[in-house]
Amino acid sequence: MESILKIEDLYIDYRVRRGLVKAVRGVSLEVYKGETLAIIGESGSGKTTLGLSIIKLLPSSARISQGKIWYQADGKKYEVVSLDGGKLRKFRWKEIAMVFQSALNAFNPVIRIWDHIVDTIDSHDVKITKEELRTKVLELLRLVQLDPDRVLRSYPHELSGGMRQRVLIALALLLDPNIIILDEPTTALDILSQRSIIELLKKIKKELNLTIILISHDLSLAAELADRVAVMYAGSLVEVGSVYDIFYRPLHPYTLGLIKAVPTVSTSFRELISIPGSPPDLIDLPPGCKFHPRCEYKKEECLREEPKLIGVFPNHYVACYRWEKIKDGKNN
Amino acid sequence: MEKIIELRNVNKFFTIGGGFFNPKKTLKVLENLNLSIRRGEILCLVGESGCGKTTTGKLIAGLIRPTSGEILFYGKDIWKMDKSEFKNYRRSVQIVHQDPYSSLNPVKTIYDTLSAPLLKHHIVSSNGQCEEKISELLEIVGLTPVEDFIYKYPHQLSGGQRQRVVIARALTLNPELIVADEAVSMLDVSIRLSIIRLLLSLKENFNMTFLFITHDLAMAKYFGWNGRIAVMYLGRIVEMGPTPKVLENPLHPYTKALLLAVPEADPEITRNKKVMELKSLDLPSLLNLPPGCRFSNRCPYMEPGKCDRIEPNLYEVEKEHYVACELYGRGV
Amino acid sequence: MDKKLRKFNLFFSSLKDTFRLLKRNKIGFIGFLILIFIILMSFIGPYIVPFDTTSRLDKIYVKPSWEHPLGTDSQGRDILIQIIHGGRDVLIVAFLTGLLSTLIAVTFGSLSAFIGGRLDYLITSLADIVLTIPHFPLLSVLAAFIRLKSSFMIAFILALLSWPGLLRAVRAQVLSIKERDFIEAARALDLGTSYIVFSEILPNMMNYIVISFILSMTSAVYAQVGLILLGLVPLASHNWGVMINFAWTRGAIFYKNSIFYILSPIIAISLFQWSLISFTRSLEEIFNPRLGQGV
Repeated sequence: MESILKIEDLYIDYRVRRGLVKAVRGVSLEVYKGETLAIIGESGSGKTTLGLSIIKLLPSSARISQGKIWYQADGKKYEVVSLDGGKLRKFRWKEIAMVFQSALNAFNPVIRIWDHIVDTIDSHDVKITKEELRTKVLELLRLVQLDPDRVLRSYPHELSGGMRQRVLIALALLLDPNIIILDEPTTALDILSQRSIIELLKKIKKELNLTIILISHDLSLAAELADRVAVMYAGSLVEVGSVYDIFYRPLHPYTLGLIKAVPTVSTSFRELISIPGSPPDLIDLPPGCKFHPRCEYKKEECLREEPKLIGVFPNHYVACYRWEKIKDGKNN
Repeated sequence: MEKIIELRNVNKFFTIGGGFFNPKKTLKVLENLNLSIRRGEILCLVGESGCGKTTTGKLIAGLIRPTSGEILFYGKDIWKMDKSEFKNYRRSVQIVHQDPYSSLNPVKTIYDTLSAPLLKHHIVSSNGQCEEKISELLEIVGLTPVEDFIYKYPHQLSGGQRQRVVIARALTLNPELIVADEAVSMLDVSIRLSIIRLLLSLKENFNMTFLFITHDLAMAKYFGWNGRIAVMYLGRIVEMGPTPKVLENPLHPYTKALLLAVPEADPEITRNKKVMELKSLDLPSLLNLPPGCRFSNRCPYMEPGKCDRIEPNLYEVEKEHYVACELYGRGV
Repeated sequence: MDKKLRKFNLFFSSLKDTFRLLKRNKIGFIGFLILIFIILMSFIGPYIVPFDTTSRLDKIYVKPSWEHPLGTDSQGRDILIQIIHGGRDVLIVAFLTGLLSTLIAVTFGSLSAFIGGRLDYLITSLADIVLTIPHFPLLSVLAAFIRLKSSFMIAFILALLSWPGLLRAVRAQVLSIKERDFIEAARALDLGTSYIVFSEILPNMMNYIVISFILSMTSAVYAQVGLILLGLVPLASHNWGVMINFAWTRGAIFYKNSIFYILSPIIAISLFQWSLISFTRSLEEIFNPRLGQGV
């Protein structure tokens, strides 16, 4: 498998009044060409910060204190952290595009969708004529199953949440990026709208052979679409593996806890087990493994030093000293 | 078991527009709603946004008035009650909102928030008793040690903790029925279950009745497994019955579509599910409802001549299991 | 007992925090200091430096010197001493007007917004009517019937004219706050209209109310000075407004040395206004963190 993105030992902090928020702590991750990778984590896990850093769209209060992000495709190679100005503009949207979390509020409410698209293109230094743009937009809107005539003339509030999300996906695909990052693409949507977005992403994945990075707290989204899953907790990766490994053979107590705490509809009724406690304060992190205060498997070593992410099975990595215990535990 | 709440032919309409350029239009948010809740049971109200479930919750909590129809509390119409009867009703029905960040007054401490109803309604007669009662409540909702929480402000607590305070507040007047409107939707996945557990313990220990409003079918299944579920679509109930029956043997095409559309946190299941294709991706506007059955323009089982002419009533298809669909019209 | 001690400690630490936040905004802090200075000068100053009202015709319009730092007026009286004495009435009227109009606007604006219906319609219509009345012509008419002698009287009249603007603003704020979930919860808990309005809604608007109060003080100062300049208020007392009036009518702007007579009160008033407005900047700093808008 060819690697298209390589994150090396990334550290990102935010400066806030109370102190320094260590949002991303030593994340190293590889993304392969054509795969769908889901980065799963709850609020405060650092997943959105990580996503924003890949496209270098962090807020000004954030600082990448260490690490590199390598992008390699079509013979081009970029190191994202050091990109600036014109080079960054060429990189963004053309190589990697992002659909944001508060996407539904990302539209200027007083301009029509077509004008919004034109504005976006104009701000990205692209040499494209109006006709070419129009053709491309029509093609993409049909790909996302929207009626171009209706949508282009509308104002954002005239479209439903699901439709706006599709427009944003179409916009992200405008310049044929190699990677598309989606941050919580289905979170604010109803079940049927969620389903249509998921089916759309499946379709795009098949037809365009894109590399897709999904950032979400929703395990079911990963189960639906991902080839591989990376689980984040308190700013670092705790487990990375194929979707089947993560769901059926989890090795980290947090991953296991999440799976046991989420109800399903299709299976027969099963009792759920909650994870005690709550996520840590990113300014004032506990020593050792950041999950230990909530972990039922913890031992003394867990409090002393934070475990590193190691590959214990082929393509299955975990950051936990007790992984063997968890491996046996799930089968009970 | 007696009926604590009953809704009879309840309509809730809003008029919008009414200016010079904007002709007045009627938004029929709820139409001809009939519903009852028995003491001690859990009734889940599920549906997508715009179906009217939140409006139903507010009507039951007496926070808004119906346009027509009756809302009965132990058989008496709440809007025809005298002052003291209404007061008693008000205290018996409380509401827990979705957003733990806006459901607590940001400038009041937890003590202030909880003491207000206790003092106003003379449940305690001194500050000492007040503190005792508040400690008791905080223990019930699991916020211990009490001293760590009692004088804090909402912004000093996490989302899960705030939601527990909200629940404690709802318990101050010893209610019989709690309307939980998307009570866990805005919480992290690993926290949701613990709040659900808390609600279940209230049912166990206090014989609490719940109206659980949610769009999350899986959570409704878990929480309401021993109760009933009602599925709403565009202001009407389309299916209602004991939760296991409705979810394992869905009758209404909309219920079937929802169940098949729910993304599941299990790759095997979710990738092998056959999604039901609906004729239209979009929800009709409440201002522009299709004639006859509201679901007819999207329903794959739609029979022209029947479904687009008759607005179906709820037919009892098997014991206690009702569905509003003409396909079951003649009685199965 | 322990609770009382805890509340005491909380109060003190919040005072310390408040002071720290006050210093955060440099301009606001300077405004605060100048404000304190003017208040002390106007209320304590007169006891320290008595005002000698005798005219000294040999000292008309004397240039500023060590003996008379701001020079003398048309009757040979020291200007600096007049400035020290001249603030009290102005400040008292400003404060009383601000207080009265804010009380009226906040009470009725919030009740009107919360209760709605006919009460709301009545109050907003009344506010609209009062808003459309031109102030100075009305005051001129009133002056013919009422002797606007006491500070309280002036404050009362000015407050009656200035409450509508603030009421509309308060009403708009309350309309938006009352839709919030915690207000709905308070209604479900049957906490009562007056409790909800005064104990739940208004505390959330404290920053807005306090800042509006201060700004209404600034308009009261201008209104007052305007009244004095138009001769609608008997010029019995000596205050900054009266000084401007005298200076103007005695042609102080035409002489080189007498310019201080007219400039001093103008600068004093402007400085007071500026300090009030700058202070509101610090207030914004103080109120925001309380609402928990931190991390």
